Amino acid sequence: MSVDRATVRRIAHLARLAITAEEEARLEKELSGILDWVAQLDELDTSNVEPMTRVAAMTMKKREDRITDGFCAGDILKNAPMADDHYFVVPKIVE
Amino acid sequence: MDQKTEKSNLIEGATGEWEVVIGMEVHAQVTSNAKLFSGASTEFGGEPNSHVSLVDAAMPGMLPVINEGCIAKAIRTGLGLKAQINLSSVFDRKNYFYPDLPQGYQISQYKNPIVGEGEVIVDLLGGERVVVGIERLHLEQDAGKSLHDQHPQYSFVDLNRSGVALMEIVSKPDLRSSDQAKAYVSKLRTIMRYLGTCDGNMEQGSLRADINVSVRRPGDPFGTRCEIKNVNSIRFIGQAIEHEARRQIDILEEGGTIVQETRLFDAKTGETRSMRSKEEAHDYRYFPDPDLLPLELTQGFVDGLAQNLPELPDAKRARFIADYGLSPYDADVLIIERESADYFEAVAKDRDAKQAANWVINELFGRLNKEGRDIVDSPVTADQLGSILDLIKAGTISGKIAKDVFDIVWTEGGDPKAIVEGRGLTQVTDMGAIEKAVDEVIAANPDKAEQAKTKPALAGWFVGQVMKVTGGKASPQAVNTLLKQKLGIE
Amino acid sequence: MTKLTDLTIAEAREGLRAKSFSARELAEAHIDAIDRANDALNAYVLKTPERALEMADASTARLKKGEGGALEGIPLGIKDLFCTKDVRTTACSHILDGFTPTYESTVTANLWAEGAVMLGKLNNDEFAMGSSNETSHYGPVVNPWRRKDSSVKLVPGGSSGGSSAAVAARLCMGATATDTGGSIRQPAAVTGTVGIKPTYGRCSRWGIVAFASSLDQAGPIARSVRDAAILLKVMASSDPKDTTSVDMKVPDYEAAVDRGVKGLTIGIPKEYRVPGMAPEIEKLWQQGVEWLKAAGANVKEVSLAHTKYALPSYYIVAPAEASSNLARYDGVRYGLREKGADVISMYENTRAAGFGAEVKRRILIGTYVLSAGYYDAYYLKAQKVRTLIKQDFDQAFETVDAILTPTTPGPAFALGEKSGDPVEMYLNDIFTVTVNMAGLPGMSIPAGLSSEGTPLGLQLIGCAFDEETLFRAGRVIEEAAGPVFKPQDWWSKR
Ligand SMILES: [Mg+2]
Ligand SMILES: [Zn+2]
Repeated sequence: MSVDRATVRRIAHLARLAITAEEEARLEKELSGILDWVAQLDELDTSNVEPMTRVAAMTMKKREDRITDGFCAGDILKNAPMADDHYFVVPKIVE
Repeated sequence: MDQKTEKSNLIEGATGEWEVVIGMEVHAQVTSNAKLFSGASTEFGGEPNSHVSLVDAAMPGMLPVINEGCIAKAIRTGLGLKAQINLSSVFDRKNYFYPDLPQGYQISQYKNPIVGEGEVIVDLLGGERVVVGIERLHLEQDAGKSLHDQHPQYSFVDLNRSGVALMEIVSKPDLRSSDQAKAYVSKLRTIMRYLGTCDGNMEQGSLRADINVSVRRPGDPFGTRCEIKNVNSIRFIGQAIEHEARRQIDILEEGGTIVQETRLFDAKTGETRSMRSKEEAHDYRYFPDPDLLPLELTQGFVDGLAQNLPELPDAKRARFIADYGLSPYDADVLIIERESADYFEAVAKDRDAKQAANWVINELFGRLNKEGRDIVDSPVTADQLGSILDLIKAGTISGKIAKDVFDIVWTEGGDPKAIVEGRGLTQVTDMGAIEKAVDEVIAANPDKAEQAKTKPALAGWFVGQVMKVTGGKASPQAVNTLLKQKLGIE
Repeated sequence: MTKLTDLTIAEAREGLRAKSFSARELAEAHIDAIDRANDALNAYVLKTPERALEMADASTARLKKGEGGALEGIPLGIKDLFCTKDVRTTACSHILDGFTPTYESTVTANLWAEGAVMLGKLNNDEFAMGSSNETSHYGPVVNPWRRKDSSVKLVPGGSSGGSSAAVAARLCMGATATDTGGSIRQPAAVTGTVGIKPTYGRCSRWGIVAFASSLDQAGPIARSVRDAAILLKVMASSDPKDTTSVDMKVPDYEAAVDRGVKGLTIGIPKEYRVPGMAPEIEKLWQQGVEWLKAAGANVKEVSLAHTKYALPSYYIVAPAEASSNLARYDGVRYGLREKGADVISMYENTRAAGFGAEVKRRILIGTYVLSAGYYDAYYLKAQKVRTLIKQDFDQAFETVDAILTPTTPGPAFALGEKSGDPVEMYLNDIFTVTVNMAGLPGMSIPAGLSSEGTPLGLQLIGCAFDEETLFRAGRVIEEAAGPVFKPQDWWSKR
């Protein structure tokens, strides 16, 4: 299974990664190489196998419906590249 | 034409009749203290980013832990929708980028939702009934909020809502008119408010609908649909559907085709419009969230929740009709809110139920509506209204005086019985006094008295006059009887 | 007297209790060693000497009162993947430039609660993606080991290359590390140190920058099996903040160390005898078998039939989860932000500038295998292969108590030697990755030197939550291999 240039571009956009034409060319080759290599899994018939969901049988931990967190806007915004009046600020979004 | 459609639901186009087909995805905020996967508060409002935990802000290394209260409420809702409860369900990641989606994915349920198929019976006030199939209900996180109109170059992001628990309730495409759609959402709201699982507060965004609309010629297969996102009032739901159906019909009648797309409803114009940021086709790359194990529940847990369900709207409606002899219309009006139904039942207990329903619907609801108040803070309690009805029944006051008493209790409060006695509103049952008044009126109107012998309808006029003379306190029954005697009417 | 930096944790613990030296002296010795070594080795990306001395003095005060925890006064290095409160944490990625958490990871909090002292943050492959520590934004780490008569710079393994190098070069007494496909065991093997990846769920993942959630697990790198046991006991805990952490009592691993292997059955998986295996690796493996036999263990061949599929399926699962885990690095709430005409280009420019080549490669592979139409063929398939791999192990563990394999296909390679072809680099994890796929515990113990004079390791694999058997067998190998695993100091500035 190999990927073409258009696919590289499409997934780079899906992943929100700007890539140069040069990177595109390199990635086309590298990703195709990796996908060719993982294609050996096709040898295995897994039609009757359940996907793995956990190492040991255990039930999911849950939290009680209580307020135990929050009220720390200072911490939340502390590392923000741009903030104003306790909001995160980003380039204008057009809907 | 399928059975869901009544002739009256069809839309007249320039080239004939069209049928609108509607399916809905309702996002209902779970009534909870804390968020779905964090301990931050869900309280509405608050300073920006104050109801946010490190988990909600997707700080590096943060992990979700599920709120068991939200699980229980999703199941309660599922039970209220008579739906299949899935003892095993899975949380998936829905991956996309947006500034108010801190993780870069929404934790939702995709392949294995917590609740499967169910149904909702929708009774329209005109008597029409539709059974709407429920496809599924799943739990998911809400996103934060972006403000776009504060600055020419920037948007502002507040994560207070980020991670709040939502139930997405997906209907089958079983709705055939905007009225049906509105009634469906109202009914969902009623059911969830009965269950205490969603407060249904649409102004605060607790209930929002994505509406899938398509049109077709009756009997044809489904047409191409458009999805109208995030409509947040029942009225807007109606407007959005009306506009969208008309838009699609116009396109089709002019020989065009419908492009499947996401649209926005503009409340200012009452129109839907294509979203400007018409992104490339979404590819959400769903996969099970590896931070969370599958959600496994025991039948015992579900049974425990089932045993503690309140009486639901449909059952209550049926009981009101059967036990109290109410009309379906009255029953529908009374059951919309659990508190109204409870109020009515408190008033109706050991009293004339139809009379109680009339008073609750006409006097009480009328007044509440007029003043924009809620049943829970009604100035007149069920006990007070009950004792007003008791005073009518005992003949102590007339229906007319009763309304005055109701008004006094509404504005001033107090015990109706004491008010009636204290203010001398007691009905005059002293036959002597009534007879005197009757005689006076007849004596003052000899011509009319003469006419009344041949025109019995004039008796009503005499009753009015006597009531006037007695300040409304005379027992209308006694006045009637006496007048008929004295005027010689059979 | 032995230099303070040469002591094991167990020895330092005794020395501190006996007041032979103070926690401050111990910290200072390490701070000095780091200052002299870091230019050459680049093991630390952030030094925290003031904090170390402050913590050491607090330890001294507690020890004076006869108090003190299991690691009181022990100076440790922390992989930069662990969030440390008020101390910059970047996962060695440009995209987390200057990020200073307001919170402490559960694992490091456990260490500090038992009195450990933080020397600083250790280098690693960017977001733990790599097997040579060459993908770090802060540059590669140099292995303190050199080939005989050579000054060629060797890699310390990865992704926990800063941890392995710092422990081997005596720049800390032990270090935290994480292991997603071999990132504790492989660097331990090529630096002559001991590394254990406990069972998935043993250590909380809370506060550790995520790479691949279903595979990531924290563990220690140390200079002895006993030290590893002491560290793991403290690092492991059941954490209500991590749904995947197991609710199980953490055993006293140190108590297991000297229990020996008499009566244990050790499995030798025939599928690990891969074509083209280096003779010296083959020989080392056989040597390990002999040592365990000599100590009273039974040895038995087992089959792990799906071994060859572990690595390709790993390179689906890990990138897929990573592509989603790394979506949060978008320039909105923390870290790097690059300008853009609109939000989307701000994202694209930030992520293009912030992530290195290997991280981008994995994000793209992961995005691809999850994209519409490919999920079943890739991610779902790989998760099914995991079930098969796990079943192989379950079956083997019906008849054996632990499994012995080489840790790596060869000794440390030179910087730049394998960075050309991604798949060639990935093959470094061929023996370690099965363990992550099955969620099992695995440990690497230094077992010999290569023909080049650099360390080689043997790997022990245990049943889920049976790390104790690994400490028992690991100690036997350690003892048999002898105390030869100290690199010649060429790196210290005088
Ligand atoms: Mg939806
Ligand atoms: Zn939704």
